[in-house]
Amino acid sequence: MDALRERVADTLLPPVVALLVALVAGDVLILSVGQSPVEVYALLLRGTWGNAYGFGQVLYKTTTLICTGLCVSVGLRAGLFNIGGEGQLAAGGFAAALAGLALPASTPAPLGILVCTAAAVIAGGITGWVPGVLRARFGAHEVITTIMLNFIILALLNWAISSADGGALRVPETLHTRAIRAGALPRFGDLIPAFHGSAANLSLLIALIAAAAAWWYFFRTRAGYDLRAVGLQPDAAEYGGVNVGAVWVRAMTISAALAGLGGINFVLGYKHYYEDGFATGAGFLGIAVALVGRNTPLGVGLASLFFATLSQGGLAINALVPKTMVDVLQGVVILAVAASAPEVRRVLRRRKRIATA
Amino acid sequence: MSIFAFAAQTIRIAVPYLFAAAGGTLAERSGIISLTLEGFMLTGAFCAALGSYYGGNSWVGVACGMGGGLVFGLLHGVVTIRYRADQVVSGVAINLLAIGVTRFFLHLAFGSSSNSPRVPGFSTVVRGEGMLAGMLPDPLIALGLFAVPAVAWAIYRTPFGLRVRAVGEFPQAAESVGVHVARVRYVAVALSGVLAALGGTYLALDQHQFTDNMSAGRGYIALAAMIFGNWDPVRGGLACLLFAAAETLQIQLQGTQAIPSQFVQMIPYVLTIVALAGMVGKSTPPAALGKSD
Repeated sequence: MDALRERVADTLLPPVVALLVALVAGDVLILSVGQSPVEVYALLLRGTWGNAYGFGQVLYKTTTLICTGLCVSVGLRAGLFNIGGEGQLAAGGFAAALAGLALPASTPAPLGILVCTAAAVIAGGITGWVPGVLRARFGAHEVITTIMLNFIILALLNWAISSADGGALRVPETLHTRAIRAGALPRFGDLIPAFHGSAANLSLLIALIAAAAAWWYFFRTRAGYDLRAVGLQPDAAEYGGVNVGAVWVRAMTISAALAGLGGINFVLGYKHYYEDGFATGAGFLGIAVALVGRNTPLGVGLASLFFATLSQGGLAINALVPKTMVDVLQGVVILAVAASAPEVRRVLRRRKRIATA
Repeated sequence: MSIFAFAAQTIRIAVPYLFAAAGGTLAERSGIISLTLEGFMLTGAFCAALGSYYGGNSWVGVACGMGGGLVFGLLHGVVTIRYRADQVVSGVAINLLAIGVTRFFLHLAFGSSSNSPRVPGFSTVVRGEGMLAGMLPDPLIALGLFAVPAVAWAIYRTPFGLRVRAVGEFPQAAESVGVHVARVRYVAVALSGVLAALGGTYLALDQHQFTDNMSAGRGYIALAAMIFGNWDPVRGGLACLLFAAAETLQIQLQGTQAIPSQFVQMIPYVLTIVALAGMVGKSTPPAALGKSD
């Protein structure tokens, strides 16, 4: 019983502390512009959960964050820090758009969606396989290589979209591709009229399936067990017969494939084209999601909902407080979770020592 | 373009890199990861513009820029040293926080979401052929060029530098001979905040205004230069100059369509990955880098 309570405290306390710190920081910012915190928070909730359109937008943002959040947590479970989610997400979106452009318009919808989604996953996977191999074979630290690859991938995509002067790919005078011919996902608004106008689409279900699959993989398969073993103690795992390098490559590939999957939300579900810069912010926010979600698929889902609400809420409160307030709060939440997690663990350990003494 | 104009342009571009890479080297040699350079630089740029505007004097701007970097440096220090948070996570958070805070207060102070009004700066000389001589009135350029040798001297020739290297390589051993590990790291990370912020200060004062997200990835280029320089201040400084020269070349080539500009932008990142993978000599980070406890 005590062990369970300890685990619950260890898991839940840091996000709760972070939420309280963010609430205080938010109050300070709101008061600094001379508004009432109660009013602003009420407006934030009304604009997000209070109406179908706002909630649809929240769900849309949640979808991408589930993918980038899972991306970071798969890496962390294997002891690797993949902070290249931004580039991997963009690569996935670009590949999905390319596939959607290449397919004939007569492609049956399920097949089109499958092919485009597979393209996103594979493109993402490749962008993660590279830093995985660089780590396993050459010892290059993944934190640095994934950051550097972010810039490389984004520059490559920018080049592809801005210099492709053949009209096949790009709409002239823009930085986005032509509309895909196949692979478009239905929006919730098409199925439920109340959601009309919001960007939420069936990608959410695909992201939730990915989260469930991640849970299954972590906790119900041998490969997932190996991955967690490597994450906890690579030397011990190696001694136990696990090929640590292979697990690193696999973990980075899966991690980035999940980020790549997130690209379908914008490309197949919302705009139906790839646009330069669509991934901005979502990759780094995935780190926040994984951290607050404590690296469990369920936690990632809930944390995605939280950060999506915050992000959409910024737009809702813009009349009273600059929407950039939520950018500040995001940073505050990450810092607070990062700082409180080890502290909570130390306090728990100390209490245990006192209890057993 | 004459060789002098090329050199002058390269130095102008390199100044923010030199400041940030010097600061980053100091922090990383003490064992604290410097993903934060981007955020420090952005904060420095904003605080410098704020100070310069309200103080009506660029030196007030410099002081405020340094102050902003100091605050953010210490914040990173408290979170990673006192609370032993993961340094990568804290670094990412500091960078996001810097974007958010500067945007929020840009709105609050100047009522704009894109840029500040014109603020006093140093350089008033028109750009062009006389650029090399024209740089002399800007003390931040001289200071930037001086930052790298200063940090090199501090790291290799002073007792403080010896302690920095000791706590970055083997903190337990340093502690056993009486070095206060946490204090040394606090000083190193605070100085790195101040130095990187000076890079941002130069950006803001050189352009006579703050614009949203004006660091625009320069902190990451400085990080790349530091790693490419194998955590040695002088080699890191040379890498900064190399990357800046590539950018100058790219600006010159623009319009000729010889090489797409995006490929030139990639150079620092590709070189850094190649260096990290050990394909050009051995890359050896400080042994205790990133280990919070």
